[in-house]
Amino acid sequence: MRSEKSNRAPLSLKIAAAAGLAFMHLPILLIFLYAFTTEEKSYQFPPPGLTTQWFGVAWDRPDVWAALALSVKVASIATATAVVLGTLCAAAVSQTRFFGRETISLLVILPIALPGIITGIALRSAFSMADIPFSFWTIVLGHATFCIVVVYNNAVARFRRISGSLIEASMDLGADGFQTFRYVILPNIGTALLAGGMLAFALSFDEVIVTTFTAGQQSTLPIWMLEELIRPRQRPVTNVVAMIVVVVTFLPILGAYYLTRDGDQIAGVGK
Amino acid sequence: MTIVAESIILPERRGSAGRLSDFFWRHPHVLLAALLGPPLLWLGIVYLGSLFALLLQSFFSIDDFSGLINYEFTLATYRQLLSETNLDIIIRTVTMATVVTLVSALIAFPIAYYAARYARGKWKVLFYLGVMLPLWSSYLVKIYAWKLILAKEGIFTWFFEKLNLLWLLDAWLVLPVVGGNSLSVSYTGTFIVFVYVWMPFMILPIQAALERVPLNLIEASSDLGGTPAQTFRYVLFPLALPGIVAGSIFTFSLTLGDYIIPQIIGSSRLFIGQAVYAQQGTAGNIPLAAAFTVVPIVIMGLYLWMAKRMGAFDAL
Repeated sequence: MRSEKSNRAPLSLKIAAAAGLAFMHLPILLIFLYAFTTEEKSYQFPPPGLTTQWFGVAWDRPDVWAALALSVKVASIATATAVVLGTLCAAAVSQTRFFGRETISLLVILPIALPGIITGIALRSAFSMADIPFSFWTIVLGHATFCIVVVYNNAVARFRRISGSLIEASMDLGADGFQTFRYVILPNIGTALLAGGMLAFALSFDEVIVTTFTAGQQSTLPIWMLEELIRPRQRPVTNVVAMIVVVVTFLPILGAYYLTRDGDQIAGVGK
Repeated sequence: MTIVAESIILPERRGSAGRLSDFFWRHPHVLLAALLGPPLLWLGIVYLGSLFALLLQSFFSIDDFSGLINYEFTLATYRQLLSETNLDIIIRTVTMATVVTLVSALIAFPIAYYAARYARGKWKVLFYLGVMLPLWSSYLVKIYAWKLILAKEGIFTWFFEKLNLLWLLDAWLVLPVVGGNSLSVSYTGTFIVFVYVWMPFMILPIQAALERVPLNLIEASSDLGGTPAQTFRYVLFPLALPGIVAGSIFTFSLTLGDYIIPQIIGSSRLFIGQAVYAQQGTAGNIPLAAAFTVVPIVIMGLYLWMAKRMGAFDAL
């Protein structure tokens, strides 16, 4: 009797939890509605009519495509860099004991623990001091720096689950270090790296604060959106782009979740 | 005898990869250095290097006439930081971050508690994704959604009109500090968007802390005559506190440094992030901008130190 009762949530808790979830989701759903509105000049609600014409208009916009292409390129290279650096760091921290291990975890987390504006302005003033002109590579440099941590977190969690005896067995059977990595370690950490990479991609694809400081004249998709937010010129196109961004970022998150859901540490729990 | 010895000690491997592998096995420190070298060099040079360079600049000052940076050690910039207008900015930002953190905890707690205690199977997955998708969806799109909602012609006004409560909205907007011409240019608007954008960061740490609370502790409390409110006050809340503090690290730090939300939805009075942005951009006063960034670094340093003492890092 007693345990049955305590397994049912009180109504007030149910309402509070449902209201909280609704608060988190309704604004995002509204983005989907506004992508179809016929109203061009204001954010009028309810929309006077619905249309799909803005998808065609957005499709024909070269500036949107250019921004999207730049974002994808930056995110791909930053993710690749972060996967290599994050995995190396995770391997060192989880497989060996050495002086200063804790400090290294702190150092990796610092770029996202401190407000993004600090990372951004620090990089910007360093670039100007070293006379490095802003380019595609300065954006990548900034993004890779804060993407390392998501790969690192995922890889560390997975490394902890690989038992040392597997690696020793491989060595005992005559495999060298590289063979052990290729045939024993990599298959075990593969999905964690993929999940970490997807999250890093999503993080970079969406980043705006650091990017405003490290990009010159180029605009990534978030920078394009930011300009539209400050000086709205193309409301219908912005609505469509916003909806597409929501859909595009959901995919890697769902992917990362399904790759790591059986583990003790699910990817994406900390951003 | 010799045959056994030979088969125990294998001959050296051939080829450069094999030899390298043997070398790493004999010298684990070299392997460690090879693993740690690239990430440490990257973070050390790119990140810490620029961070220190920035902090160093806060000890320089700007020449009022030429507008050039005067590379001599001085505390004048910090004196400038403590002027009345700048102190106002700091107090305003810290107050906002505190209120945002408290309200976020209030909204996040029921979601986290339900997910930790009652959600099972399919519902558990649904809760996870329900928290993670808003957490990871685009920051700018979230702000944009609220621009749509809070606009004068937007859904919020429409909703109040339908309920015949427009007078309430208007009464709120004429209030001195929290009001404004419309919600999208008031502190209330800034506050709502801050809570919306950073609150999801609070849920998962609280849920992690609550999942570790043994059910029989709660049953014991009610068996001993504790009302639900007492159980919450004396059992559940103290055990959840490390999780709340862990989550508050994110909500507090992220609110402290944000400059885009108050710029898009807010009044013209500045927050720390906007002050940094304005100083380094239009004003070209890098030393003062650098001194301003020291404020969140110091506050977060103190905050992290306190959080660590409360055991918040175990809940992360």
